[in-house]
Amino acid sequence: MSFLELLINGLRLGSIYAIIALGYTMVYGIAKMLNFAHGDIIMVGAYIAFCGIQNWGIPPVPSIMLAMLVCTVLGVAIEGLAYRPLRQATSLAVLITAIGMSYLLQNTALMIWGANTKSFPTTFINNSSISVGELTIPSATLITIAVNIVIMVSLTLFTSKTKTGKAMRCVSEDRGAAELMGINVNRTISLTFAIGSALAAIAGVLMCSTIPSLAPTTGSMPGIKAFTAAVVGGIGSIPGAMLGGILLGVVEIFGNYYISTDLGDAIVFAVLIIVLLVKPAGLLGKPMREKV
Amino acid sequence: MTKAKRKRLIYNLITFALVIGAYFIIQNMIAEKTISRLLKGLLVPICAWIVMAVSLNLVIGFSGELSLGHAGFMCIGAYTGTIVSGWLLAAYDMQDTTLRLVLAIVSGGIVAGVFGALIGIPVLRLRGDYLAIVTLAFGEIIRNLVKWLYVGTKDGELCFSFLNKDMPKGVKMLVDGAQGTKEKIISTFPAGVILVLVTLLIVLNLVNSRAGRAIQATRDNRIAAESMGISVTKYKMMAFVTAAVLAGMAGALFGLNSTTVEPKQFSFNQSINVLVFVVLGGLGNVLGSVISAVFLTVLPEVLREFSDYRMLAYAVVLILVMIFTNNPLIRSFVDRLISPVRALFHRKKDTMPGGDLQ
Repeated sequence: MSFLELLINGLRLGSIYAIIALGYTMVYGIAKMLNFAHGDIIMVGAYIAFCGIQNWGIPPVPSIMLAMLVCTVLGVAIEGLAYRPLRQATSLAVLITAIGMSYLLQNTALMIWGANTKSFPTTFINNSSISVGELTIPSATLITIAVNIVIMVSLTLFTSKTKTGKAMRCVSEDRGAAELMGINVNRTISLTFAIGSALAAIAGVLMCSTIPSLAPTTGSMPGIKAFTAAVVGGIGSIPGAMLGGILLGVVEIFGNYYISTDLGDAIVFAVLIIVLLVKPAGLLGKPMREKV
Repeated sequence: MTKAKRKRLIYNLITFALVIGAYFIIQNMIAEKTISRLLKGLLVPICAWIVMAVSLNLVIGFSGELSLGHAGFMCIGAYTGTIVSGWLLAAYDMQDTTLRLVLAIVSGGIVAGVFGALIGIPVLRLRGDYLAIVTLAFGEIIRNLVKWLYVGTKDGELCFSFLNKDMPKGVKMLVDGAQGTKEKIISTFPAGVILVLVTLLIVLNLVNSRAGRAIQATRDNRIAAESMGISVTKYKMMAFVTAAVLAGMAGALFGLNSTTVEPKQFSFNQSINVLVFVVLGGLGNVLGSVISAVFLTVLPEVLREFSDYRMLAYAVVLILVMIFTNNPLIRSFVDRLISPVRALFHRKKDTMPGGDLQ
């Protein structure tokens, strides 16, 4: 494979990581919690889209819409039922709850869809390709990267221009002060979960059209890597999630090709450690000052 | 002896007495053959998980740092233990399995401790959630690297290779890449119990010493501890490396308890399992860690017949326990329910003349 081809594959994988990382980073920024169940929402989204296309005979685009809707409802429900009662609790208690939620989603999926790996239909997204010189770019890659750019631009506009987006930034900066200014904190957090989960559904479809195998544990490893990406970029920062996701995707593809297949995971995590040693708050994160 | 000291002594004695008592009861059951085969097979793993839980409690409960890579140290210990045991047999023809087990456990602890120090120096500069993700990354790196490690013995000498299996002919494999380790079972239940007792001795002594109080001070308020002249890095390192050594020892015990252990047994989920032991047992509560490690190791095995539902039930119970113990509303409700009962026990003590004077 040529260098350019690898780079484009890296961008494709990185775009998927970036979309997942957005969910992590927004939830962390606003609710200050590590939502370990986020990776499993990706899996649920992919399963719903799979069932829609394969079993229920719904066309691809409405299927993805349906997956987004289901994931949004699921995300808001999880937040309301499991995380909201623990708003005042220690972060460790919330973390364990999130881990419990992740187990719950995986095992529910196991009971509904079984342990067998399903092969995700990819023909709807990967039906043509574009040739530039010697380079052939499959349509799925272009769609993935384009979707990523659209999401990134619209989220940036949303958080900086709209009133709700500003409310979200306020809550992430100082929850108490935001509440005093009349911002409904609970609703803002629910909204964040809704956006993050809808993005997770899109990421699930894009991920499964890259690697078309779907099992109840499909979401956990990409989830952890995307979380790593969010931390590399500086957790809580939307451009950071983008940068971290792309960086890790490219590093993983290059590592797999030039160093050794299957060592990509180890290299991705090594990048995390190196970045945090040099910049403890991530690439674009703001260093936190402690006041005494 | 002050009241606090006496209370601590009683607590420590109860912890030791429980472990030793459980040991004799189980030995008796083994002698009378009333123990089920399932439970017998679980004895050594239970010991290993107790050590894992108690050592992780040292990091999370006492030092206040969230570590999600504890299984990584266990993995290092298991692999080192296997290699050392196989090498001793091949090079020195050491037939005495007890001595080999002891040396394997000790070397597993040492190597894991060295890794703990190497990881700890850079990592403990980070705070809170960042530390969690880096330790998670470290555990995954270890697991991915040992997948590509090949170690064997030939004519009493060790041969290593990494990435591709490049071994001389007639070699006896000890570590075979993704297939895991290959060794005979030499771990025994008494050895496991002794390791648990050693762990308890180390951890309980450490947390009740001057160093242990310093460790807890850095957890309670980093800045205040620093301004009192406590070197935060030093004491956090002390807790982290001690925990790594103990996890390595538990790993060696665990690794030599089956003919093969695979890298995937030390995944991120395993670290999470130990974390659940610690949190359900109570942060900073050593006896709690011991009990929850035993209980949560045995329970899923006993519930094996409901295999489809057991993980589901486990997840639901985990979430409910967390909500019930941490939600202020539910907590105050539960407190109000049990307060008449509690008052019954406490009234006498409170009205005792001069009871609280020291």
